[in-house]
Amino acid sequence: MQHIISLLMENESGALSRVAGLFSARGYNIESLTVAATEDASLSRMTIVTSGSNEIIEQINKQLNKLIDVVKLVDITANGEHIERELMLIKVQADNSEKREEVKRQADIFHGRILDVTDTTYIIELTGEGSKLDAFIAAIDASDILETVRSGATGITRGETCLRL
Amino acid sequence: MELSGDDIVTQFLKDEGVEYVFGYPGGAVLHIYDALFRQDAVKHILVRHEQGATHAADGYARSTGKPGVVLVTSGPGATNAVTGIATAYLDSIPLVVLTGQVTSAFIGSDAFQEVDSVGITRPCVKHNFLVKDVKDLAITLKKAFYVATTGRPGPVVVDIPKDITDPNIKIPYEYPESIELRSYHPVVEVKSSQVEKAVDALLSAKRPMIYSGGGAVLSNSSNELRTFVRQLGYPITQTLMGLGAYPEPDPLNVGMLGMHGTYEANLAMHECDVLLAVGARFDDRVTGEIKQFCPNATVIHIDIDPSSVSKNVHVDIPIIGDVKQVLIELSNAITASKRKPDTKALKTWWKQINEWSSKDCLRYDRNSALIKPQFVLEKLYEVTGGDAFITSDVGQHQMFTAQFYKFDEPRRWINSGGLGTMGFGLPAAIGTQLGNPDATVACVTGEASIQMCIQELATAFQYSTPIKVINLNNRYMGMVRQWQEFFYESRYSHSYVEALPDFVKLAEAYGHVGMLIEKPEDVEGALKEAFAMKDRLVFMDFITDQKENVYPMIAAGKGHHEMHERELA
Repeated sequence: MQHIISLLMENESGALSRVAGLFSARGYNIESLTVAATEDASLSRMTIVTSGSNEIIEQINKQLNKLIDVVKLVDITANGEHIERELMLIKVQADNSEKREEVKRQADIFHGRILDVTDTTYIIELTGEGSKLDAFIAAIDASDILETVRSGATGITRGETCLRL
Repeated sequence: MELSGDDIVTQFLKDEGVEYVFGYPGGAVLHIYDALFRQDAVKHILVRHEQGATHAADGYARSTGKPGVVLVTSGPGATNAVTGIATAYLDSIPLVVLTGQVTSAFIGSDAFQEVDSVGITRPCVKHNFLVKDVKDLAITLKKAFYVATTGRPGPVVVDIPKDITDPNIKIPYEYPESIELRSYHPVVEVKSSQVEKAVDALLSAKRPMIYSGGGAVLSNSSNELRTFVRQLGYPITQTLMGLGAYPEPDPLNVGMLGMHGTYEANLAMHECDVLLAVGARFDDRVTGEIKQFCPNATVIHIDIDPSSVSKNVHVDIPIIGDVKQVLIELSNAITASKRKPDTKALKTWWKQINEWSSKDCLRYDRNSALIKPQFVLEKLYEVTGGDAFITSDVGQHQMFTAQFYKFDEPRRWINSGGLGTMGFGLPAAIGTQLGNPDATVACVTGEASIQMCIQELATAFQYSTPIKVINLNNRYMGMVRQWQEFFYESRYSHSYVEALPDFVKLAEAYGHVGMLIEKPEDVEGALKEAFAMKDRLVFMDFITDQKENVYPMIAAGKGHHEMHERELA
């Protein structure tokens, strides 16, 4: 099953490679990984999307916790309600009025925003759960997709539970 | 006090109470070497290869319980040290390895002797650091010692660019007495609810088994383990890494378990209904085929590292904590409990175990005209009176030592169990001897392993470490040959060591005493003669039976109940 693991780690050089190295060394799946500094510049927050059996997910959590740079960790999939968001920028072919209308219509349905317009292309910004982004891609004619870039998922637990020091 | 980075390194090591640094100089660490020259509190041991430095520091750490310290240069100095770092990592040995690095401004430019030491060592260290500012040097060194020696111990690398140790840049220095890391909390409180569950399971057992590993040695829990086991009267088996924590011989000790463990230990594992693992990690060489491991047992596991729990084998009752603390709490809870062990069931269980023991699974041909390696080890035990530190390399001789030398104290058996590093034994013996100057130290090795770090004979001569090298010379890489005999229809592909040196002359060339022993009747006398030479390294070349195999044996992928046994005529 897919899990989203959020963690706070020391904002040190090499911290990212410790996590990436752990996943490759132990043969764990890594579907996406995002990382950026937090409001406290000494800390980075990382979101890892991974999958595996319950035993493997338990090991992933333990092994991540064991990294000296990891300050705190939560498996937000396993900890009640949470919000998951991913950003996608997608460049599509829009070189005739029929295509332009169709892409605009789809973008509206998915609450996307058109960020860039040329005579032949549109760039659409879309946020949501990964499955929503997948659905948008499926809704567009594959031959019209010129480029996609996805941020990987980030997540946060609902309510008062927080991942903080 | 104002100090430059090079002096901060040596002053810090002195303040930290470091006795020995095992190292080899080179460009990136020359400032530090100059600082070493200016002081005499920290003694430097010059090895002949950086792998030897890490193994020697490792032997020092294993035998004394104190962290081993290594100093090597950048590039090849660091890469040569990697095998020793990985060896320490797999066996959870506290090392602090200082690697020189090229000047900060050159990092990333493929400079002379530049390698990404932090990157290369990352998968085989507990943690590593790159020092970016001389102001961080002392605190980083403190963090390194703290991380290496607390919790589940392990090696820590500190990579120090040359400009950090520039003798011309002085900064205020104060020894950091203590340190806290917000991301690392090695001390955990033992959960009493888990202790209660464990005691309940232990006292309900009909066929209990205690399986103890390296964690019992590392946590200095030998006394607590003895008290606990004797309090219950349950059988105990130990892993290769655990030998000595519980004494041998002892009526409750059924010997080592695993691939070359005893018949009684492995069958008792297979048949037990409650298994208590004490600081052990369910390594594949111990468990055999996981699906067939202790099929009927409730598993209790004491470990300081939560990631060890349920990693390979599902654990029913985990107890996270320092082994020593947990054993004390278990003992207290058992004493306080109204329940007692089921003596009737225990009697039946012991009867069964003793029946298995009566098979005498370690038997070998005592009438052979050739020297049997087992015979040498039995005599080694007798001649040393069991009172010696024994290091080993890797292979048949290692298994024979584990089977035949009876370790009755912890930290006396020094071997590379996890990584299985050939070349470990001799440098580890040097570190062991330096850490225990008055003790008897022997290195049991083979003619293949010893050649992987043979250059350290020079180090042993320079520092007058009177090690006794027991070279079990069967002219084969014995364990490789054994597997080829069993699993490759005796096609001995490249396992025959041709063109062997004359080890007697080789030992003499390095300034030591060499002895050649070719007949069984000469074994005891030669050992006595060698061990009587208290101030000399004696290299004893025993010409042993080429075809001897280690029994019993569980083939890879088989269960504990599927042992190969020796057939004797």
